[in-house]
Amino acid sequence: MSAQAMRRESPFKPNWWARLGYLLAFAYALYAMSFLDISWSRFISGLGNGADFLSEMVPPNFERWKLLVGNLLETIQIAVIASAFGVLFSLPIGLCSARNLMPDWLTWPARTVICICRSFHPVIFAILFVKAVGFGPLAGILTLVFASIGFIGKLFAEAIEEISLKPVEALRAAGAPFMSVLVFGVLPQVFNRFVGFASYQFDANLRNSTMVGIVGAGGIGGTLFAAFQRFDYDFLCAILISIIALIMVSEFLSVKVKALFR
Amino acid sequence: MSNTRKWVRLTPAERLGRFAFYLIAVAAFMMSVRTVEVIPEFLYDAPLQVQDLFSRMWPLDFAYYPEGLHGPLLETLHIASLGTLLAIVMALPVGLMAAENITRVPVLNWFAKLILVSSRTVNSLVWALLFVAVFGPGALAGTVAIGFRSIGFCGKMFAEALEEASEGPVEALKAAGAPWLTVFLKGYWPQVAPAFWGILLFRWDINVRESSVIGLVGAGGIGMALDTALNLFEWDRVGVVLVCIFSIVILAEILVTNIRKRII
Repeated sequence: MSAQAMRRESPFKPNWWARLGYLLAFAYALYAMSFLDISWSRFISGLGNGADFLSEMVPPNFERWKLLVGNLLETIQIAVIASAFGVLFSLPIGLCSARNLMPDWLTWPARTVICICRSFHPVIFAILFVKAVGFGPLAGILTLVFASIGFIGKLFAEAIEEISLKPVEALRAAGAPFMSVLVFGVLPQVFNRFVGFASYQFDANLRNSTMVGIVGAGGIGGTLFAAFQRFDYDFLCAILISIIALIMVSEFLSVKVKALFR
Repeated sequence: MSNTRKWVRLTPAERLGRFAFYLIAVAAFMMSVRTVEVIPEFLYDAPLQVQDLFSRMWPLDFAYYPEGLHGPLLETLHIASLGTLLAIVMALPVGLMAAENITRVPVLNWFAKLILVSSRTVNSLVWALLFVAVFGPGALAGTVAIGFRSIGFCGKMFAEALEEASEGPVEALKAAGAPWLTVFLKGYWPQVAPAFWGILLFRWDINVRESSVIGLVGAGGIGMALDTALNLFEWDRVGVVLVCIFSIVILAEILVTNIRKRII
């Protein structure tokens, strides 16, 4: 009896493959650190700099709050306009790339547009748009419109592909025109998810609109970069705090909006 | 037919709420369009300008790749991978602290959530700026920036996975008198490990994108080559850099999609 119990497999046997994986990850980290010229001494001297940096950041300096508020407003404006146009454009593009409703010759171009919008980081689009339309919020808006199309277009297309086709077939059988099929057969099934995507994208646009200013595309990022370059670290800290506060407020609001449309 | 029932999908309060939302959204949009300082003339000739931009990029200067771009491209990949590893190490404790079924102290939960929100709110470019000030320009600043930026995402997803874990095995272990670390390693970890590796892969994919641009503020990688080429108006080189970033991002995405299919 006891011998049999001894032969039973251990429930917690060591997983040697996992251990090998951890070892490989560790070895890779060492290799990458040597490749990137990261050393312990640099890290330690950096910590000293970091302490200086932090001591200059505190206390945050809110003296130029008018500039701060004005820039935050511009950031919000960029996000609002970009989300509105982004959602507006991504609706038809997402619809065109849904394979269950549209023919192949239409889904391929639409999918290519979405793929191009997704492929680059928004900062790269921001640089290109700053060169094309000059400094200012317009470049930021265009950047975020592209980012929104890439994100919402893709998710919206996937949402449409997952719908039940029964109402659509019923409407078609009853001889409804195409627009009616969309409005009464497709839209009710995807509307709630669409509101979710849109509010998520607004959130993302708000976050990114604080960043596009670093390359000159309007919003608070420009002020942040200027404060950084002029070593105004206490003002920098004030800007960072207000950005975080703004995003937290918007996250709270987006939870409320999602609850409203559930 | 006299019994005409009326079906109402939403309560009046819900309807009012939705109406208010639409109203506020439209009002915010109108206000933004009116007050934002956009010069419309610049928009009209944008297509012309973009055309000009691309005509200057063509033909691409591919001879630049072996001498000036191969190294930075590898550096970008290493920054992304090492940054992701750093992020896991930092996100694990924060995620544990944020999961309400593991840490039963509300103050600690809130503190962890504040860390997660701050990490996600500050853009990777801004994190990179901060760490360039701390560590000086170069890959070290970039790696740490990528790591700090990723804590929020990884930690949040990890905490959510932990909160969804079934309590059965955990209770069994606790009843048998297992110490805390064993409860975590044998009770929670096997349940959340697949989610954890999925999050990690997904984040690596995002980090490849992000680490390709943090060089614009001096934090290493191919972004630094892009910045140099932009400042010198060498548009044919800018074109090559963009092609490189595009290919590496697409390759990373294909790789991640294939690995995900295998492990999930």
